[in-house]
Amino acid sequence: MAGALTLTACSAADGTGPDAPGAASRDGLTGTLTVLAAASLTDVFTELAEQFETDNPGVEVELGFAGSSALAAQINSGAPADVFASANTDTMALVVDGAGLDTAWAADHGRDGAVFATNTLRIAVPPGNPAGVEDLADLSDDSVATALCAPEVPCGAATTAVTDAEGVEIAAVTLEQDVRAVLTKVELGEVDAGLVYATDVAAAGDAVEGVDFPESDSAVNAYPVGVLADAADPELAAAWVDLVLSDTGADALAAAGFGAP
Amino acid sequence: MTTTDDRRTPADGSGADEPALDARLRLTRGDFTLDATLRVAAGEVLALLGPNGAGKSSALRALAGLVPLTDGHVRIGGRDETTTPVERRPVGVVFQDYLLFGHMSALDNVAFGPRCQGLSKAAARGRAAELLEGMDLSAHARSRPGRLSGGQAQRVALARALAVRPRLLLLDEPMAALDASTRVDVRTRLRHLLEDFDGAAVLVTHDPLDAMVLADRVAVVESGRIVQQGTPAEVARRPRTPYVARLVGLNLFRGTAEGTRVTVDRRDAEGAPVVRVHEPHRGEVLVAFPPRAVALYADRPHGSPRNLWRLTVEGVERFGDQVRVRLAGSVPLSADISPAALAELGLVRGAPVWAGVKAAEVECYPG
Amino acid sequence: MTAPAPARGRALRARSGRPPWILLVPALLGVAFLVLPLLGLLASTPWATMGERITDPAVLSALWLSLSTATVATAVCLVLGVPLAWLLARAEFPGRRLVRALITVPLVIPPVVGGVALLLVLGRNGLLGRHLDAWFGLTLPFTTAAVVIAQVFVAMPFLVVSVEGALRGADPRFEEAAATLGASRATVFTRITLPAVLPGVGAGAALCWARALGEFGATITFAGNFPGTTQTMPLAVYMAMQRDPEAAVVLSLVLLLVSLAVLAGLRGRST
Repeated sequence: MAGALTLTACSAADGTGPDAPGAASRDGLTGTLTVLAAASLTDVFTELAEQFETDNPGVEVELGFAGSSALAAQINSGAPADVFASANTDTMALVVDGAGLDTAWAADHGRDGAVFATNTLRIAVPPGNPAGVEDLADLSDDSVATALCAPEVPCGAATTAVTDAEGVEIAAVTLEQDVRAVLTKVELGEVDAGLVYATDVAAAGDAVEGVDFPESDSAVNAYPVGVLADAADPELAAAWVDLVLSDTGADALAAAGFGAP
Repeated sequence: MTTTDDRRTPADGSGADEPALDARLRLTRGDFTLDATLRVAAGEVLALLGPNGAGKSSALRALAGLVPLTDGHVRIGGRDETTTPVERRPVGVVFQDYLLFGHMSALDNVAFGPRCQGLSKAAARGRAAELLEGMDLSAHARSRPGRLSGGQAQRVALARALAVRPRLLLLDEPMAALDASTRVDVRTRLRHLLEDFDGAAVLVTHDPLDAMVLADRVAVVESGRIVQQGTPAEVARRPRTPYVARLVGLNLFRGTAEGTRVTVDRRDAEGAPVVRVHEPHRGEVLVAFPPRAVALYADRPHGSPRNLWRLTVEGVERFGDQVRVRLAGSVPLSADISPAALAELGLVRGAPVWAGVKAAEVECYPG
Repeated sequence: MTAPAPARGRALRARSGRPPWILLVPALLGVAFLVLPLLGLLASTPWATMGERITDPAVLSALWLSLSTATVATAVCLVLGVPLAWLLARAEFPGRRLVRALITVPLVIPPVVGGVALLLVLGRNGLLGRHLDAWFGLTLPFTTAAVVIAQVFVAMPFLVVSVEGALRGADPRFEEAAATLGASRATVFTRITLPAVLPGVGAGAALCWARALGEFGATITFAGNFPGTTQTMPLAVYMAMQRDPEAAVVLSLVLLLVSLAVLAGLRGRST
């Protein structure tokens, strides 16, 4: 991964050089932009990247998706990237304290990054809801096999926030390493319910059904984005963040199940 | 093959004459076909003698039941064992290289068979200890096979084969794993041990000396067929094929006899060479004489022997304290002479020489 | 004999004892490549807090679960894998090459995919699993048994390949000799064949155990992750990595040292 990112950085430098004179767009935006984003943003950011490349013909967007924590660790270990979009503020804080954000950008948009979306938990159940799950309290029943995210990962932290706030004890059979793994267990019908993000229920389509519960308000997960201190072209990176924060971005995020900031 | 008929034979009372082993072995594998009939009496040792690839080992494996017959039968002690699986045949095998189990002591190697036959551990070990004692191996009973000498390993292998009380004992090249220096002693010892065995024994070897010393009867196998059978003395004196003649070290010719005059079958020779023999014969015969019966002369001798041929020297090699001269011509043969005679005659490759053999030295027998 | 001769003799001996550089250089690079990551792990170990981290009941529970499941999985692999290796090495049957290719599939597919495949077959709604559930009320996923199953799936090929190699190297004439002594095929196998290939079985079992111990992907997918029942050391390491990388380093080191100690102990005893 680090190797690929290094190559990307080199080509970004080349793109601004004399080898690619015709590539310059109207706005002067050109080169390659590397965006590292939480896995839950895969669909939305892929769509926005196409939009961005259409608007700026000289620009190529490289997207890297993984768990926010893993990405933060990579960035802090020196992986070259321009923009980081995290699934929670804690993980963004790790990067702010580590590799750091671009100071000029941070001065305008906030030193902890700009929150562009929120996500709340939803109960995912297999099609037909075989266990008849209706609210969060149902998940404390031993006969309802439930998959949760492990408390070490962001969706698990959100789960803990909800259960602690509401005083509910969920009888989980497994604490999965990420939200995708929880969803897989639900899709295969191995569990009767799983706690995942609203966006994951939306992305899964017909494979799962979503059950809303009011207690989800106790853990509203904010998604911050920021231009990194090591960005090869901070101006280009800032343009991408602007797109994410724009109405176009908001529409795409809403369609994917995200809430407004 | 009619199993019911086979089984009836002993009940008819004719079983008394039945040999301990009566086998007709037919095996086809690709181009190779083995077709051999073997009869061995109780207490008799038959040697299958032949070159590598002749089918001796295939015959042995077929007798043991390790390969199925294409056709034929195997009767041991009057009972048809043709389709008996290997583990239930009354057969003991001494394998080439002995194949002693390396992770067991000599004693446990020998006790293995009796254990498989259902004896208790103590009884099996008792029988094994007895056998090892009979072979002067008691001191080595606890040794692993890797620590035994070649001769000791051979005796352990024999004891292991005998421990299952077989009625047929098979030995596959029992001397091949031994070095030349120990061979004479081990061979003599093996012979004595085989004399004590009262069943039929079949021994496979490519070494004529093993066959002569160890066997009561020799069957020569060439290209899957038995080409000659007889006592070791008969085979040694009257070979029937060039292979056997070479093994036993005789000059051999096939010819047609009329009285004491034998015309040798050699189509390529100019004129028909003639061998004179002592006793009158008629028809197809074989004539054989040892190389040491051949005398060589630089000039045509006076008062000549009955047989005299003009030949040329093809090669000269040392042979014990003698020199073996290979001669080409109408009657190609080998002659053994002393080194002194060689020097006197001044024989070199291509030199002409007279070769004489007394008629009394020539063995003549029906071909 | 003249004086320089012995000196020359020594020089020759010394030279013959030294491996050629064409082998030595790649070999040393190989060692460095394998050992450097371990040194990296050691270098970043927070030694000061090591003691209290190791005696953490959660760590001990994960360690015990790892050691016990890997051992049970190895036993299962031996029971199933040794006969399978025998069939592949000794028996002639149609499709043998195909079977041999198929048993190496777990070596090449990503373990996570293996875990999904196990769910599809043995899961609550799996091809077999649904009947297990209906007939016996038995559900495998999220149980310790599932951990063992996932480990067996990924580790058995190591055992089968090792044992089959050993069987092919063993001289089948010894088996024939045993048969002529009246041994049934089962006796031949247990008394002759198995002792002959025991070193190969031992090596295969060690590899198998090590692979089972390190197993992560198939386990977390098929068995899930729950402390005490399905969270083995590799899963605990992964989870720790999410929040506390230092703890992950400690856990990795513990896993490494325990497995090295066990394997070294086994090797020491077998030779």
